[in-house]
Amino acid sequence: MEITPLGDSALIVRVRDRFEDAPQETLSEVLRTFRRLQNADIPGVIELAPSYTTVAIFFDPLQVAKAGAKPNQAFDWLAERVRAAVAVIGDRGRPRTLPVRVIQIPVCYDSEFAFDLDHVAEHAHVSSREVVDLHSAAEYRVSCVGFVPGFPFLSGLPKKLATPRRATPRKEIPAGSVAIGGAQTGIYPMRSPGGWNVIGRTPLRLFDPENDPPALLRVGDRVQFHSITREEFEVLMQ
Amino acid sequence: MNAIAIRAGFLTSIQDLGRTGFRQFGVSLGGALDSFALRVANLLAGGDESAAGLEISFGGLQLRFADERIVAWCGGGFDVRIGSTSLPAGHRALARAGDELKFNHAQSGCRCWLAISGGIDVPFVLGSRATDLRANFGGFNGRALRDGDELPLGELRPSPAFATFGRGKQTAATERISPWSAPKPWSQTASSAPMLRFVRGADWNRFNASTLQRFTSESFAVSSDSDRMGVRLAGPELQRTDDVDLVSEAVAPGTIQVPPGGQPILLLGDCQTIGGYPKIAHVVTVDLGIAAQLRPEDTVRFQEISLPDAHRLLFEREQELERFRIGLSLQNK
Repeated sequence: MEITPLGDSALIVRVRDRFEDAPQETLSEVLRTFRRLQNADIPGVIELAPSYTTVAIFFDPLQVAKAGAKPNQAFDWLAERVRAAVAVIGDRGRPRTLPVRVIQIPVCYDSEFAFDLDHVAEHAHVSSREVVDLHSAAEYRVSCVGFVPGFPFLSGLPKKLATPRRATPRKEIPAGSVAIGGAQTGIYPMRSPGGWNVIGRTPLRLFDPENDPPALLRVGDRVQFHSITREEFEVLMQ
Repeated sequence: MNAIAIRAGFLTSIQDLGRTGFRQFGVSLGGALDSFALRVANLLAGGDESAAGLEISFGGLQLRFADERIVAWCGGGFDVRIGSTSLPAGHRALARAGDELKFNHAQSGCRCWLAISGGIDVPFVLGSRATDLRANFGGFNGRALRDGDELPLGELRPSPAFATFGRGKQTAATERISPWSAPKPWSQTASSAPMLRFVRGADWNRFNASTLQRFTSESFAVSSDSDRMGVRLAGPELQRTDDVDLVSEAVAPGTIQVPPGGQPILLLGDCQTIGGYPKIAHVVTVDLGIAAQLRPEDTVRFQEISLPDAHRLLFEREQELERFRIGLSLQNK
């Protein structure tokens, strides 16, 4: 584990250097670290954000000093508490990690929504039908949420379907678009520009600022896609 | 009571001190790009430091008040008028019902923050009134102001700040502006030769000594495709010495990341929550206000300081603000 400053008001706890080598183990370790840091409730910490190999800690240096750190040692003071929190054994009776949720996402792979389905099929040397079957049969995990609010980066894409991002990003990708970017798949929560290959669309709302939590998915969730018809899509949209 | 944006200007949005607690869901901090300037303006207006105000980019805002309010602004070198009277940065002014406040173009810098007593009373979304212009929520219907928008203002509690202006409603226009002001470095934040202090980023050592030397000794030009997310810079090419594929991780306002082209991007308040480019450095918190004033054709330089020094500067500024707060409360009596 490595703790490095991210400017003067944040730091990064890096549990591993690489993600792709062992995505599941890395994610579990990140989630365990995240959970322990949450439980530790370190003074001055504003919020935590896990992603891939790291947990970021955002803090208020003034509050850290109020809690007892010497003004010129805020970082060392925090780093010491972070190490102690992560090393804790037994988590004082609390669960070691959040229970893993399994979220089902209906996707309409209809050609009207799937701008790049043919391209992905060509790239993988399979039929469009097979792309849909492969994509909806796999189980994914959310390894990061970001880019735009609520955008889940999912690991677990069948290797065959990995497709490089488009050379020229689209100016506008509709909300709900399910797409492939490199070795990952993801869902555009809102209309936005983007370079991923769009292969379908979900009627679910991935981000709603009126909800708390505002995002449908969080880091660590297991995700499964299932194919729905155009008619089912319309019904679910209502 | 409301205030009407007769003219909304180029880009005016409701902002407060930002939205925290939702970065794990990809929600940006946002808020005033210079949150310290907004805090000072709010103190001057006699309100809560965290009240929502307006962030005005490149001027053009014309605001008419429906009732009596205390106003104050801090930021770039704008020409601001209340009626026909000039209202300089960092002063407290009394706006009466029917008064118009006008922000003309900026001589220097590009943004300023206006505080109005009572605050702007739009609903909290995810704990903040700030407008998220990228995801379109918060603030005024999730968007920048348009001509004719009516801003709901908070209820006016009896504020000692009104004491500055005596009782008479008949006072001359110039008497409706406080003779004293906030310290200039807080209220006039645009710099003719901006120098940003930074601490090293996690990927500092991925650049060789001569590249790092150029980073700290040469100047960078601000390019025109800069916005609330970040300032794109053009200068000496910063090329890494390795080609390790970096895993995306958190970034923050102030982070300077270097995409493969070698031209750095200085991230501001609306930046994404994560990034995969190497982080060469981070501009320190006390200098984010200067960064928020960078506009196309400005040139900027970078100077390294230590992390303890960055924290020391922050504590010192906070102590000075505390003294200012005390001074204001005496002034209000």
